[in-house]
Amino acid sequence: METAFTPSASFGGGLLIGLAAVLLMLGLGRIFGATGIVSGSVFAESRSEFAWRAALVLGMVLAPGLIFIVTGAWPALDVPVSPTMIAIGGVIVGLGASFGSGCTSGHGVCGLSRLSLRSLVAVPTFMATAAVTVYLIRHVFGG
Amino acid sequence: MKLIYAWATGLVFGLGIAISGMMNPAKVLNFFDIAGTWDLSLAFVMGGAVIVTFIGYRLVWRRAQPLFEDRFQVPASKVIDSRLVGGSALFGIGWGIAGFCPGAAIPALGTGRWEVVLFLGAVVVGLALARILKGQPLISRPVSA
Repeated sequence: METAFTPSASFGGGLLIGLAAVLLMLGLGRIFGATGIVSGSVFAESRSEFAWRAALVLGMVLAPGLIFIVTGAWPALDVPVSPTMIAIGGVIVGLGASFGSGCTSGHGVCGLSRLSLRSLVAVPTFMATAAVTVYLIRHVFGG
Repeated sequence: MKLIYAWATGLVFGLGIAISGMMNPAKVLNFFDIAGTWDLSLAFVMGGAVIVTFIGYRLVWRRAQPLFEDRFQVPASKVIDSRLVGGSALFGIGWGIAGFCPGAAIPALGTGRWEVVLFLGAVVVGLALARILKGQPLISRPVSA
């Protein structure tokens, strides 16, 4: 399935993602890692650790609705894979992000910006395995 | 006040995810499909986000402490081990299979789509499995009773 090349919208959205990462560091002194936010919301260590993550999640979830109110259209969300693949992929993402200590936001945005050595290793690693996985699924095993 | 601030920060992040196209698995998978229906857009997401964060972090760290906490909590580890590399490799495989990552899926919950609920449910299962493998408890006891 083809998708349109959207450099301006993608760059603009990226600026907002960066702004949110900076705001979280300014306000709470924390890295914006989405997996940590999921993990800390579900397996919270204490009530105070849970509360700010829950507030963050409530803000994040409102975004598509706000875009619908302003533009009259929901953000594009096309899922070209089967429910089985979503479920298998999700479990692997959870396992991998836990052992790898981060995901696209934590290692990718925040870690690269800090020039963290661990993130400089993690990001090319997961980018490479994602590209190989997509290649194998789409061009070797059919699809 | 701290919670309202966190809420607004989450909203900014979610808007960025939605506007950038990261919320769309078709677009994410096309970013990785160099040999097929390639769409380079997501490199611009990462570029924009890293530019702002790189500069912004350095301005913020001139402060003695954050607005609502008494210290900055930044990971200090420099250890490159098999957990980091293997975990990251696994993460990329899962991302390439599903087309969602956690940071895109949380805001996408707001669309009410069942695929997003399925993905995040599976991520929580994966996180729980990892806790079991690491010998961490699934239900944490309260720090102070």
